[in-house]
Amino acid sequence: MSVLAVVRPDSWNFPLYLHVLGAMILVGGLVAGASALAFARGDARMLRLGFWALMLVSFPGWVLMRIGAEWIYSREGWNHVPDNLRPDWLGIGFLIADVGGLVLVITLIIGGIGVRRIQAGKGPGLLKATLVLSLLLLAAYVVAVWAMAGKPG
Amino acid sequence: MGFDQWMLAFHVLSAFSLIAGLVVFWVLIIAGRRIDTPADTLRLGPVARVGTATVTAGMIGTIVFGVYLAFAIDGYAIWDGWIIAAIVLWAIGSAVGRRTGEEYLHAPKKAIELEAAGQTGPNAELLALNRTSRGVLLHSVTSLVALLLLIDMIWKPGA
Repeated sequence: MSVLAVVRPDSWNFPLYLHVLGAMILVGGLVAGASALAFARGDARMLRLGFWALMLVSFPGWVLMRIGAEWIYSREGWNHVPDNLRPDWLGIGFLIADVGGLVLVITLIIGGIGVRRIQAGKGPGLLKATLVLSLLLLAAYVVAVWAMAGKPG
Repeated sequence: MGFDQWMLAFHVLSAFSLIAGLVVFWVLIIAGRRIDTPADTLRLGPVARVGTATVTAGMIGTIVFGVYLAFAIDGYAIWDGWIIAAIVLWAIGSAVGRRTGEEYLHAPKKAIELEAAGQTGPNAELLALNRTSRGVLLHSVTSLVALLLLIDMIWKPGA
């Protein structure tokens, strides 16, 4: 049997499901948020939609993904493996998840201030920064998905 | 990373694209429930096109790379129960998803008609089309099928 066809123990499946579902919701929220911000062309309603998609979809998705990641990490016993023996894909996944989470929080703070400025009749400059950060996050998470699925190294 | 690992990565990335597209449509469905003017309805169009593109890429990628993997990887066969179940769910999701898309085309069509007639203000019929309960039901079914597909892919019943 190919290593790609290995069937994992049943007890690993639910944590993995939560991890993958959370990551999918996170990516979906980033696509929705970035698209709304990109096509807003200064329209306040669309800018708000973009921000709230990030806040109410991406962020809960990130939390679910990260909880699932920690759960499956301990179920698979990686916490008992020395750092130097852990595979590259695991390191890439953790690095992007954690740094990405921090960047997501910064994105939400900037976006939240941007939405308040829009409501106060000021320009959408901060929401443009939110868009750029969202696109960077999206690119980073695509790399993370590739690493977690293809498992290089 | 071997060729089959690349194919698996593309298969999983396609699944992400598919679910991301479904999430985009949920965001639009919820946003649309408050929209009653032609301009605001049409403003959602480009975002909907992003959703359509990601769902389409996801649908094509999951089936193409998935079928390849079923043949290429020792230990999997196209007639395995969980793979047949996945293909059936994919077909159901594809059909229901297409009908969902058709349902949500009524609102922008109406918005274009209203704009052409010079009616740019709030319109009750447009609001009702944006709030279509049939559309919500169809998208719920599509999303449920996608979640079942994910369950099937992770648990691989019978494998």
